[in-house]
Amino acid sequence: MPRSDGYTSFVNSGLGRRLASSLGLPQPVPLRRYSPGAPLVEGPVLVGGHDDTPAVGALRDGLAAAGAELVDTVPDGARLGGVVVDLTAARAPEDLESLRATLGPALKRLGRCARVVVVGRHPEAAATVAQRAARRALEGITRSVGKELRAGATANLVLVTEGSEAAALGTVTFLLSGRSAYVDGQVFRVGEGEAAAPADAERPLAGKVAVVTGAARGIGADIARTLHRDGATVVCVDVPAAGASLATVANGVGGTALQLDVTAADAGARILEHARTRHGGLDVVVHNAGITRDKLLANTDADRWDSVVRVNLLSILAMNETLLAKDGVREGGRVVLVSSIAGIAGNRGQANYAASKAGVIGLVDGYADDRALRRRGITVNAVAPGFIETEMTARIPLGTREVGRRLNSLAQGGLPVDVAEAIAFFAGDAQAAVSGNVVRVCGQSLLGA
Amino acid sequence: MPTTRRAAVLGGNRIPFARQFGPYAEASNQDMLTATLEGLVARHGLAGERVGEVVAGAVIKHSRDFNLTREAVLGSSLAPDTPAYDIQQACGTGLEATILVANKIALGQAESAIAGGVDSASDAPIVVPERLRRKLLRLSRAKTPADRARAAITLRPTDLGIQVPAATEPRTGMSMGQHMAITAARWGVTREAQDELALASHQHLAAAYERGFFDDLVTPYLGLTRDQNLRPDTTLEKLGSLRTAFGSGPDATMTAGNSTPLSDGASAVLLGSQEWAAAHGLTPLAWFVDGETAAVDHLGGEEGLLMAPAYAVPRMLARQGLTLQDFDLYEIHEAFAATVLSTLAAWESPEFCRERLGLEAPLGSIDRSRLNVNGSSLAAGHPFAATGGRIVASLAKQLHEKGSGARGLISICAAGGQGVVAILEAA
Ligand SMILES: NC(=O)c1ccc[n+]([C@@H]2O[C@H](COP(=O)([O-])OP(=O)(O)OC[C@H]3O[C@@H](n4cnc5c(N)ncnc54)[C@H](O)[C@@H]3O)[C@@H](O)[C@H]2O)c1
Repeated sequence: MPRSDGYTSFVNSGLGRRLASSLGLPQPVPLRRYSPGAPLVEGPVLVGGHDDTPAVGALRDGLAAAGAELVDTVPDGARLGGVVVDLTAARAPEDLESLRATLGPALKRLGRCARVVVVGRHPEAAATVAQRAARRALEGITRSVGKELRAGATANLVLVTEGSEAAALGTVTFLLSGRSAYVDGQVFRVGEGEAAAPADAERPLAGKVAVVTGAARGIGADIARTLHRDGATVVCVDVPAAGASLATVANGVGGTALQLDVTAADAGARILEHARTRHGGLDVVVHNAGITRDKLLANTDADRWDSVVRVNLLSILAMNETLLAKDGVREGGRVVLVSSIAGIAGNRGQANYAASKAGVIGLVDGYADDRALRRRGITVNAVAPGFIETEMTARIPLGTREVGRRLNSLAQGGLPVDVAEAIAFFAGDAQAAVSGNVVRVCGQSLLGA
Repeated sequence: MPTTRRAAVLGGNRIPFARQFGPYAEASNQDMLTATLEGLVARHGLAGERVGEVVAGAVIKHSRDFNLTREAVLGSSLAPDTPAYDIQQACGTGLEATILVANKIALGQAESAIAGGVDSASDAPIVVPERLRRKLLRLSRAKTPADRARAAITLRPTDLGIQVPAATEPRTGMSMGQHMAITAARWGVTREAQDELALASHQHLAAAYERGFFDDLVTPYLGLTRDQNLRPDTTLEKLGSLRTAFGSGPDATMTAGNSTPLSDGASAVLLGSQEWAAAHGLTPLAWFVDGETAAVDHLGGEEGLLMAPAYAVPRMLARQGLTLQDFDLYEIHEAFAATVLSTLAAWESPEFCRERLGLEAPLGSIDRSRLNVNGSSLAAGHPFAATGGRIVASLAKQLHEKGSGARGLISICAAGGQGVVAILEAA
C-alpha cells in the first residue's frame, strides 16, 4: 500500500540529501506509519507543562499502559519520541511561559517523526478573558511548532474538558502513534466522558460492523482495509459499475460487497437491512463516496452542480435519516464523514465541490448538537483530507501536482491509509467523548490554514 | 441416513454477457468463472469460507481445462479446501449443476453449494484435422531420430488446416439454427411472432437494468457493466428489416435478431440449507422444488432438436400434481425466439399432447405477461453453460419479490436433443 513519491526517495538518498540541503529544497522524510505490533512511539516521551499538570496526571497511567515511556526531563543523549505539554492549568497568557520552557529546549532533542502534543482546555469554557486568551494562544503555538518541526515530526493540540481529562487518552495515544502520520497542526476537541481503552489495543474495533461508501478504490478501499485490520466486519458499498474492484476489496477484507448508488432513495434502508441481516447490526458508518465535477462557477451548469451536491452532501443527509433513526445504528455508534480542505479553504474551479464539502462540516456541527444522538452515545466527526496520493491526484498535471504535494509542513502528499487511520481512530469506542470534530489529514497544508 | 429437506437459492452472480470477440475476447473460461465466483463470494461474504462444493462447466472447453471449476475455486477467495467438479450437458449445464447441488443439499450431503457455468465463443480451442493429429501424436511417440524422420515424412501440406468448433450437431452436420428452422416451420411460427418476442426480451432486460434489478445479480467485468447484446432502443421495424439467417426461401423466418448471438460469459448461483443460510445471515430467495431432464430423437427427424423441454415439463408437472397454469413466472430460455414459440405451441396442441405426451388434454397456453419478465437470452446473450445460472438467480430473486409461495418454471433446451427443466418456489 504505502507508495512513496520519487522526490521523497531521491532526497533520502545520499546525493539527494546534500543537493536538497544546499539548494534549500523541501526535505520530506518517509513518515512513521503504524503497523500492528510496532511500538507506540520511538523513544521516551517527555511530559510537563504548567503548574500541577492535571491532564498529564490523568493520562499518565493510560499512556504508560499503551507503551509510552514517560520521562520528566530529557534523558542525556537520547532522542525523544514525543513531548506532551499540559497547559490545562493555565490561567493567563503569562502562564504560557511554562510551555516555552518545557517544549522549547525539547524540540532540539526530537527524534525522527517525533510527536508534539499540546493539551489545553476549551477557550469558550474559560472563566476570564485572560484565561480565554491563554487557551486560544495554544492553537497559535501548536501551529507554529508544526511548521518549525522537521523530519516528519508533527504537532497537534488536544482540548479537554475539566474533570474528563482521562477521556482524551485515545486521542493522545493516536497522536503519539504512527496512525497519525499525516495529521499535523490540528485541534482535537474532547468532551465529557470516562477513560476508555480498548480491550485489545491491536483490534480496537473487534465486534463492530462498519459500512464504508465508495469502498471500491482510493481512500475508501484503504478505509475498509484499516477498519478490518482493527477488527471490524466491513460492508463495502460502491456503485454497481465499480462492482469488480468492490468485490476485490470486499474479499480482501473478508467483508461483504453491496453494489449501491448512495443517491438512491432507499440507500440508507438497504445499507441498514444488509448490515442487520448479514452481520447482526451496524455500529460504524463512513460516508466516503464522493465525486468532483470541476469547472469555474461561471461555467458550471445545473447538472454539474447538482450531481456533486447530491452525491457528496444530500445523499449523506438522506441516508442518515434512516441510519441515525432510533432503530438505526446501535448505541455507541460512530459516524465519520469525509470533507476536504477544499471545503475549508475553497478551491478555484470547485465551487460545487467546496459547497458539498463545507456542507459536510455543517452536518457534523448539526449532528454534534443533537441531544438525542448524544444520549445514544453516537458520535459524528469528519476528516478533511488534503493532498492524498490517489488515482485522482495522480491525474493532476505534474507541475501542479508537485506544488500541491509540497505545500505542507511535511513536504509530501499523504497516503490513503493516513486518512483511513484518522477515520478508524474516530470509530473507536475509546473516542466516546470525541464528537463534532473536523480534523484535517493534510500534513498541515498551507491551504486554508 | 438421508432425509430430505429443502434446498434454498440464496443468491447469484454473473458477469455481463459479451458478444463473441467483444471485450472478453482474451478472457479464458477460467478467468471468467473465477471473476464470477469472486463477485458471488463478495456479495455473500464468503471469503475464506469452505463451501460444500462448487459445480460448474463449460460447453466449449480446452483440454487444459480438465479441472476448470476446481482451478477457478483455487483462484478465488473461497477457502482452498472447497471441493469442485465439472459437468457438461450443453446449454443445460448451469441448470443441471443447480439440480445436482440442490439434490445433495436436500439429501443432507452438503450444507452449501455453488452451481454455475461459463462459456467463451471467443477463446475457443483450435482443433487440427484428425489425420494431422494422429500423425503428430505418432511423431511425438517416436524415440529414435530414424523413427522421428519416418513419422515426419508422412506430414503433407494438405494435412494443414484448423477447425474452430461450431454449434453444429455432430450426427446431423446441421447447425442448431438449421435444426430450429425446420421445427419453426413445422409449428408455423411466424417471423412477426419471433420479432415480437425478441423485442420484448430487449425491452424487459433494459427495464430490469433500469430499475436496478441486476444490482445484486451482476458484477461488471473488464469494463462491461451491462450485457453487450442488449439493444434497449430496438424496434419491430429494425428487427423486421434484418435478413434471414437460417432456413431458405420465402418461408425463412429466423434472423440474427430473433436468434441468440454467440457469447462469452459466466454465472454462478449460491444454494444452501435453511440452517446454513441462517448461520450466514442470508435470506432464502426461493426453494428448489424439482428438476427433470428429457431427450428426444432428433436424428430421424421425428422431433425437433430443441423440443426436449416440451417433454420434460409435463413429466415434472405430473409428478408435482401441477398444471402448466400454476405458475406466476415462466423462464423459457430463448435459444431462438422460435424455440420458445414452438414449445408453447406444442403445449397448446391437443394433437401433440395426445400423441407425443400421451395426455388426454393439452397442457394449454400460459399467460404471456409472465414469460421472461426480465428479458432472456435473445437480449442478454447466451454463453451456453452460463445461461442456467443466469435464469435460476434472476427467477429466484423475482419470485422473492412476488412473495412467499410464488412459483416459477424454468425450461432450457440443449444440444443433442436434450432439455433441462426445473421448478422454484418463493421462500
Ligand atoms: N484524493 C484526495 O486527495 C482527496 C482530498 C480530499 C477529499 N477527498 C475525498 O475523499 C473521498 C474519497 O476520495 P478518493 O480520492 O478515494 O476518490 P475516488 O474517486 O478514487 O473514489 C471514490 C469512490 O466513490 C465512489 N462513488 C462515487 N459516487 C458514488 C455513489 N453515488 N454511490 C456510491 N459510490 C460512489 C466511486 O465509484 C469511487 O469508488 C471523497 O469523498 C473525496 O471527495 C479526497
